[in-house]
Amino acid sequence: MSPFLFWPFALLMLMFGAAVVVNRNPVASALSLVVSFLGLAALFMSLDAYFIGIIQVLVYAGAVMVLFLFIIMLLDLRAEEGRQVSWLALIGGIAVALALLAQILYVIRNLKSAQQPFPPLASSTFDDVHNVGLLLFGSYNLPFQIIGILVLVATIGVVLLSKREPR
Amino acid sequence: MITLGDYLIVSGILFAIGFAGVMLRRNLIVILMSLELMLNAANLSLVAFSRFQVQQSGLPNYNAQVFVFFIITVAAAEVAVGLAILVALYRARQTTDVKDITSLKF
Repeated sequence: MSPFLFWPFALLMLMFGAAVVVNRNPVASALSLVVSFLGLAALFMSLDAYFIGIIQVLVYAGAVMVLFLFIIMLLDLRAEEGRQVSWLALIGGIAVALALLAQILYVIRNLKSAQQPFPPLASSTFDDVHNVGLLLFGSYNLPFQIIGILVLVATIGVVLLSKREPR
Repeated sequence: MITLGDYLIVSGILFAIGFAGVMLRRNLIVILMSLELMLNAANLSLVAFSRFQVQQSGLPNYNAQVFVFFIITVAAAEVAVGLAILVALYRARQTTDVKDITSLKF
Protein backbone atom coordinates (compact mmCIF):
# COMPACT_ATOMS: atom_id res chain seq x y z
CA MET A 1 0.00 0.00 0.00
CA SER A 2 2.73 2.39 -0.92
CA PRO A 3 1.43 5.84 -1.96
CA PHE A 4 3.69 5.64 -5.02
CA LEU A 5 1.62 2.72 -6.26
CA PHE A 6 -1.79 3.75 -4.94
CA TRP A 7 -2.15 7.22 -6.46
CA PRO A 8 -1.00 6.40 -10.04
CA PHE A 9 -3.35 3.43 -10.28
CA ALA A 10 -6.22 5.33 -8.65
CA LEU A 11 -5.74 8.28 -11.02
CA LEU A 12 -5.47 5.93 -14.02
CA MET A 13 -8.71 4.22 -13.03
CA LEU A 14 -10.59 7.48 -12.44
CA MET A 15 -9.32 9.14 -15.64
CA PHE A 16 -10.31 6.24 -17.85
CA GLY A 17 -13.57 5.87 -15.92
CA ALA A 18 -14.33 9.49 -16.81
CA ALA A 19 -13.29 8.76 -20.40
CA VAL A 20 -16.00 6.05 -20.55
CA VAL A 21 -18.63 8.71 -19.87
CA VAL A 22 -17.09 11.50 -21.98
CA ASN A 23 -16.24 9.58 -25.16
CA ARG A 24 -18.80 9.85 -27.94
CA ASN A 25 -17.67 6.67 -29.67
CA PRO A 26 -18.93 3.47 -27.93
CA VAL A 27 -15.82 1.50 -28.97
CA ALA A 28 -13.56 4.08 -27.29
CA SER A 29 -15.79 3.89 -24.19
CA ALA A 30 -15.46 0.11 -24.05
CA LEU A 31 -11.67 0.21 -24.41
CA SER A 32 -11.42 2.91 -21.71
CA LEU A 33 -13.50 0.63 -19.48
CA VAL A 34 -10.88 -2.14 -19.90
CA VAL A 35 -8.07 0.15 -18.71
CA SER A 36 -10.22 1.37 -15.82
CA PHE A 37 -10.90 -2.22 -14.71
CA LEU A 38 -7.20 -3.11 -14.94
CA GLY A 39 -6.40 -0.17 -12.64
CA LEU A 40 -9.11 -1.36 -10.27
CA ALA A 41 -7.60 -4.88 -10.26
CA ALA A 42 -4.27 -3.32 -9.26
CA LEU A 43 -6.02 -1.54 -6.37
CA PHE A 44 -7.56 -4.87 -5.27
CA MET A 45 -4.11 -6.46 -5.26
CA SER A 46 -2.73 -3.54 -3.23
CA LEU A 47 -5.39 -4.46 -0.64
CA ASP A 48 -4.01 -8.06 -0.49
CA ALA A 49 -7.11 -9.39 -2.29
CA TYR A 50 -5.27 -11.34 -4.99
CA PHE A 51 -8.17 -13.65 -5.79
CA ILE A 52 -10.59 -10.77 -6.35
CA GLY A 53 -8.00 -8.93 -8.46
CA ILE A 54 -7.48 -11.91 -10.75
CA ILE A 55 -11.24 -12.56 -10.99
CA GLN A 56 -11.65 -8.89 -11.92
CA VAL A 57 -9.20 -9.23 -14.82
CA LEU A 58 -10.62 -12.56 -16.00
CA VAL A 59 -14.32 -11.71 -15.79
CA TYR A 60 -14.45 -7.98 -16.54
CA ALA A 61 -11.41 -7.25 -18.71
CA GLY A 62 -11.87 -10.63 -20.40
CA ALA A 63 -15.44 -11.81 -20.71
CA VAL A 64 -17.62 -8.74 -20.16
CA MET A 65 -15.50 -6.51 -22.40
CA VAL A 66 -15.56 -9.04 -25.25
CA LEU A 67 -19.35 -9.13 -24.87
CA PHE A 68 -19.60 -5.32 -25.06
CA LEU A 69 -17.29 -5.05 -28.07
CA PHE A 70 -19.06 -7.92 -29.81
CA ILE A 71 -22.46 -6.26 -29.40
CA ILE A 72 -21.08 -2.90 -30.60
CA MET A 73 -19.71 -4.66 -33.69
CA LEU A 74 -22.92 -6.65 -34.23
CA LEU A 75 -25.13 -3.57 -34.11
CA ASP A 76 -22.56 -1.51 -36.06
CA LEU A 77 -22.90 1.49 -33.74
CA ARG A 78 -21.24 4.72 -34.80
CA ALA A 79 -20.27 7.73 -32.76
CA GLU A 80 -23.23 9.90 -31.92
CA GLU A 81 -23.11 12.97 -34.09
CA GLY A 82 -25.43 15.78 -34.99
CA ARG A 83 -27.66 15.35 -31.98
CA GLN A 84 -27.96 18.61 -30.16
CA VAL A 85 -26.95 18.58 -26.50
CA SER A 86 -29.62 19.70 -24.08
CA TRP A 87 -27.73 22.08 -21.80
CA LEU A 88 -30.39 21.95 -19.09
CA ALA A 89 -30.18 18.15 -18.88
CA LEU A 90 -26.37 18.29 -18.96
CA ILE A 91 -26.11 20.82 -16.13
CA GLY A 92 -28.82 19.04 -14.14
CA GLY A 93 -27.11 15.65 -14.44
CA ILE A 94 -23.71 17.01 -13.44
CA ALA A 95 -25.27 18.88 -10.50
CA VAL A 96 -27.01 15.73 -9.21
CA ALA A 97 -23.80 13.68 -9.55
CA LEU A 98 -21.79 16.38 -7.74
CA ALA A 99 -24.40 16.51 -4.95
CA LEU A 100 -24.10 12.73 -4.55
CA LEU A 101 -20.30 13.01 -4.47
CA ALA A 102 -20.49 15.77 -1.85
CA GLN A 103 -22.69 13.61 0.35
CA ILE A 104 -20.33 10.62 0.03
CA LEU A 105 -17.31 12.79 0.89
CA TYR A 106 -19.17 14.27 3.87
CA VAL A 107 -19.93 10.80 5.24
CA ILE A 108 -16.31 9.67 4.76
CA ARG A 109 -15.00 12.82 6.46
CA ASN A 110 -17.14 12.10 9.52
CA LEU A 111 -16.15 8.43 9.65
CA LYS A 112 -13.63 8.04 12.50
CA SER A 113 -11.95 4.90 11.22
CA ALA A 114 -11.35 6.49 7.81
CA GLN A 115 -8.33 8.40 9.15
CA GLN A 116 -6.58 5.29 10.48
CA PRO A 117 -4.03 3.36 8.41
CA PHE A 118 -4.61 -0.30 7.63
CA PRO A 119 -3.57 -2.71 10.41
CA PRO A 120 -0.77 -5.11 9.47
CA LEU A 121 -1.56 -8.69 8.49
CA ALA A 122 -0.18 -11.60 10.49
CA SER A 123 1.50 -13.48 7.69
CA SER A 124 1.60 -13.69 3.94
CA THR A 125 -1.89 -13.91 2.45
CA PHE A 126 -0.89 -15.39 -0.88
CA ASP A 127 -3.15 -18.37 -0.12
CA ASP A 128 -6.27 -16.22 0.01
CA VAL A 129 -7.83 -18.36 -2.74
CA HIS A 130 -7.76 -21.17 -0.16
CA ASN A 131 -9.42 -19.02 2.50
CA VAL A 132 -12.08 -17.58 0.17
CA GLY A 133 -12.80 -21.07 -1.18
CA LEU A 134 -13.24 -22.51 2.33
CA LEU A 135 -15.76 -19.79 3.16
CA LEU A 136 -17.50 -20.07 -0.22
CA PHE A 137 -18.05 -23.83 -0.02
CA GLY A 138 -18.65 -23.81 3.74
CA SER A 139 -20.75 -21.01 5.22
CA TYR A 140 -21.89 -19.65 1.85
CA ASN A 141 -22.71 -22.94 0.19
CA LEU A 142 -26.41 -22.23 -0.35
CA PRO A 143 -25.88 -18.76 -1.89
CA PHE A 144 -23.22 -20.33 -4.10
CA GLN A 145 -25.73 -22.89 -5.41
CA ILE A 146 -28.30 -20.13 -5.95
CA ILE A 147 -25.73 -18.16 -7.96
CA GLY A 148 -25.26 -21.26 -10.11
CA ILE A 149 -29.00 -21.41 -10.79
CA LEU A 150 -28.98 -17.67 -11.56
CA VAL A 151 -26.23 -18.03 -14.14
CA LEU A 152 -28.12 -20.95 -15.73
CA VAL A 153 -31.33 -18.90 -15.89
CA ALA A 154 -29.42 -15.95 -17.37
CA THR A 155 -27.88 -18.20 -20.04
CA ILE A 156 -31.25 -19.64 -21.07
CA GLY A 157 -32.81 -16.18 -20.97
CA VAL A 158 -30.13 -14.71 -23.24
CA VAL A 159 -30.59 -17.52 -25.77
CA LEU A 160 -34.36 -17.03 -25.73
CA LEU A 161 -34.13 -13.25 -25.99
CA SER A 162 -31.71 -13.20 -28.90
CA LYS A 163 -33.40 -15.96 -30.90
CA ARG A 164 -35.11 -14.76 -34.04
CA GLU A 165 -38.89 -15.15 -34.12
CA PRO A 166 -39.99 -17.58 -36.80
CA ARG A 167 -42.21 -15.82 -39.29
CA MET B 1 0.52 6.42 4.50
CA ILE B 2 -2.60 5.39 2.65
CA THR B 3 -5.63 5.25 4.91
CA LEU B 4 -9.03 3.61 4.57
CA GLY B 5 -10.48 7.02 3.74
CA ASP B 6 -8.36 7.33 0.58
CA TYR B 7 -9.76 4.11 -0.83
CA LEU B 8 -13.29 5.17 0.13
CA ILE B 9 -12.85 8.57 -1.55
CA VAL B 10 -11.59 6.93 -4.77
CA SER B 11 -14.53 4.55 -4.62
CA GLY B 12 -16.96 7.43 -4.09
CA ILE B 13 -15.54 9.39 -7.04
CA LEU B 14 -15.82 6.29 -9.26
CA PHE B 15 -19.44 5.82 -8.16
CA ALA B 16 -20.22 9.47 -8.95
CA ILE B 17 -18.63 9.09 -12.42
CA GLY B 18 -20.79 6.04 -13.11
CA PHE B 19 -23.87 7.83 -11.79
CA ALA B 20 -23.17 10.83 -14.04
CA GLY B 21 -22.83 8.45 -16.97
CA VAL B 22 -26.23 6.91 -16.28
CA MET B 23 -27.78 10.36 -15.92
CA LEU B 24 -26.12 12.06 -18.91
CA ARG B 25 -25.57 9.52 -21.65
CA ARG B 26 -28.37 8.47 -24.01
CA ASN B 27 -26.69 5.47 -25.61
CA LEU B 28 -27.93 2.31 -23.88
CA ILE B 29 -24.58 0.51 -24.19
CA VAL B 30 -22.72 3.36 -22.48
CA ILE B 31 -25.41 3.39 -19.75
CA LEU B 32 -24.73 -0.32 -19.14
CA MET B 33 -20.97 0.40 -18.94
CA SER B 34 -21.63 3.15 -16.39
CA LEU B 35 -23.67 0.67 -14.33
CA GLU B 36 -20.60 -1.57 -14.31
CA LEU B 37 -18.51 1.34 -13.02
CA MET B 38 -20.95 1.85 -10.13
CA LEU B 39 -20.90 -1.85 -9.21
CA ASN B 40 -17.11 -1.82 -9.23
CA ALA B 41 -17.02 1.23 -6.97
CA ALA B 42 -19.09 -0.75 -4.45
CA ASN B 43 -16.65 -3.68 -4.82
CA LEU B 44 -13.67 -1.43 -4.12
CA SER B 45 -15.11 -0.12 -0.85
CA LEU B 46 -16.09 -3.67 0.20
CA VAL B 47 -12.54 -4.94 -0.35
CA ALA B 48 -11.09 -1.90 1.47
CA PHE B 49 -13.30 -2.62 4.50
CA SER B 50 -12.34 -6.30 4.28
CA ARG B 51 -8.64 -5.39 4.49
CA PHE B 52 -9.28 -2.84 7.24
CA GLN B 53 -11.08 -5.26 9.56
CA VAL B 54 -8.25 -7.65 10.36
CA GLN B 55 -9.49 -10.53 12.47
CA GLN B 56 -7.97 -12.31 15.48
CA SER B 57 -6.06 -14.71 13.24
CA GLY B 58 -4.35 -11.79 11.50
CA LEU B 59 -6.22 -12.38 8.24
CA PRO B 60 -8.54 -9.91 6.48
CA ASN B 61 -12.27 -10.44 6.80
CA TYR B 62 -12.97 -12.76 3.91
CA ASN B 63 -16.76 -12.43 4.19
CA ALA B 64 -16.57 -9.19 2.20
CA GLN B 65 -14.46 -10.84 -0.49
CA VAL B 66 -17.03 -13.63 -0.87
CA PHE B 67 -19.63 -10.89 -1.20
CA VAL B 68 -17.57 -9.21 -3.94
CA PHE B 69 -17.34 -12.58 -5.71
CA PHE B 70 -21.14 -12.81 -5.72
CA ILE B 71 -21.47 -9.21 -6.97
CA ILE B 72 -19.08 -9.90 -9.86
CA THR B 73 -21.03 -13.03 -10.83
CA VAL B 74 -24.40 -11.30 -10.73
CA ALA B 75 -22.99 -8.31 -12.65
CA ALA B 76 -21.70 -10.58 -15.41
CA ALA B 77 -25.12 -12.27 -15.70
CA GLU B 78 -26.80 -8.85 -15.68
CA VAL B 79 -24.60 -7.57 -18.53
CA ALA B 80 -25.36 -10.66 -20.61
CA VAL B 81 -29.11 -10.29 -20.15
CA GLY B 82 -29.00 -6.52 -20.64
CA LEU B 83 -27.10 -6.81 -23.91
CA ALA B 84 -29.52 -9.52 -25.14
CA ILE B 85 -32.43 -7.18 -24.41
CA LEU B 86 -30.52 -4.45 -26.27
CA VAL B 87 -30.14 -6.69 -29.33
CA ALA B 88 -33.84 -7.56 -29.25
CA LEU B 89 -34.70 -3.87 -28.93
CA TYR B 90 -32.41 -2.99 -31.82
CA ARG B 91 -34.14 -5.60 -34.00
CA ALA B 92 -37.54 -4.08 -33.20
CA ARG B 93 -36.66 -0.35 -33.31
CA GLN B 94 -33.24 0.02 -35.03
CA THR B 95 -32.02 2.34 -32.27
CA THR B 96 -30.04 2.22 -29.03
CA ASP B 97 -30.86 5.78 -28.03
CA VAL B 98 -33.07 6.18 -24.97
CA LYS B 99 -34.58 9.34 -26.49
CA ASP B 100 -36.14 7.24 -29.25
CA ILE B 101 -37.76 4.72 -26.91
CA THR B 102 -40.77 6.66 -25.71
CA SER B 103 -43.67 4.19 -26.01
CA LEU B 104 -44.47 4.49 -22.30
CA LYS B 105 -44.17 8.27 -22.25
CA PHE B 106 -47.42 10.07 -21.49
